[in-house]
Amino acid sequence: MIGAGIVLKSETVPIQTSGDVVLVRQRVRACAVEHRFTIVEQTKIVTAASELARNTLEHGLGGSVDLEVLKDGGRLGIRLRFQDRGPGIANIALALTDGYSSGKGLGLGLGGSKRLVHEFEIESSPSAGATVTVVRWK
Amino acid sequence: MERIPILRIGTYLLVTIQVDMHDQLALTLQTDLTDRIAEVGARGVLIDISALEIVDSYIGRTLANIASMARVLDAATVVVGMQPAVAITLVELGMTLPGIHTAMDVDSGMQFLRRSVRDAEDPDDWRRNSTEE
Repeated sequence: MIGAGIVLKSETVPIQTSGDVVLVRQRVRACAVEHRFTIVEQTKIVTAASELARNTLEHGLGGSVDLEVLKDGGRLGIRLRFQDRGPGIANIALALTDGYSSGKGLGLGLGGSKRLVHEFEIESSPSAGATVTVVRWK
Repeated sequence: MERIPILRIGTYLLVTIQVDMHDQLALTLQTDLTDRIAEVGARGVLIDISALEIVDSYIGRTLANIASMARVLDAATVVVGMQPAVAITLVELGMTLPGIHTAMDVDSGMQFLRRSVRDAEDPDDWRRNSTEE
C-alpha cells in the first residue's frame, strides 16, 4: 500500500448515503485541522475525499473509508483508503481520463482528485470491488 | 425537507449557502431557484458561497447549471465570496467554472447584476455597444 511510515491514528467511516459523503468531508477536515495542515492543504484533501466518497457511493454501491494519520520520519500525512462493493473499474486508464464518466458526472472525480494528492493508487477486481488509496503529506 | 432559503429583493434573488451541502440539497437548491426565477420574473441571482469550505465537482456543476438555467430564463447569475483556497483547489481539480460570473463580495456582485440588467433593458445602449464591437 502507498504511504510510508507508521500509523498514528486510524478510523473508519461508512459510506452508504449522500449524508455520509458530508460526514467523510467533516472527519477528514477535522483530522487535517488537528494536524495543522494549511488551509489550502486542508481544502485539497477534503475536496479529494469528497470526490472519492461520492465515487464509492455512486459507482461502488457504497463502502467505507479508512482515515489514517501517517508519520514518516519528520513528516506527517493523511492516508485515505476508499473500499467499495461495486463491480470494480474495468479500464483504470480510461477512468482516470478527465471528462470520461461511466455515470452522469463530469468525469473529474478520479483524475481530479489524483491531482489534489501526492500519492494515488487504484486496486480493482470484479469480485472484490475497487479500492482507491490517496496520501497527502504536510 | 431541508432547504436553503432564497431571499427576494426587488427583481433580484439572493442565496447564502451556509451549510455543508449534500448532493440532494444542492439539487433542491437548483430546482427551487429555477422555479423562483420564473415565478417572480427575477432578473438577477446572487449566490454567496463565502461560507463554503469546499466546492467539489458536484457543487461546481450545480452552480454552472443554475447559471445556465437562469440565463435561459433571462436572469443573470453571479457567484460571490469564493475563498482563495477553494479557487486554487477547483482549478487543480479541473473545474474553471466557464460561463459563471464571479465577484469578490456581495457589493461587487450586486453592481454586476445591476449593470447587466441595465444593459439588457436599454436598447440604445445595446445597439451602441454592438456597433462598437
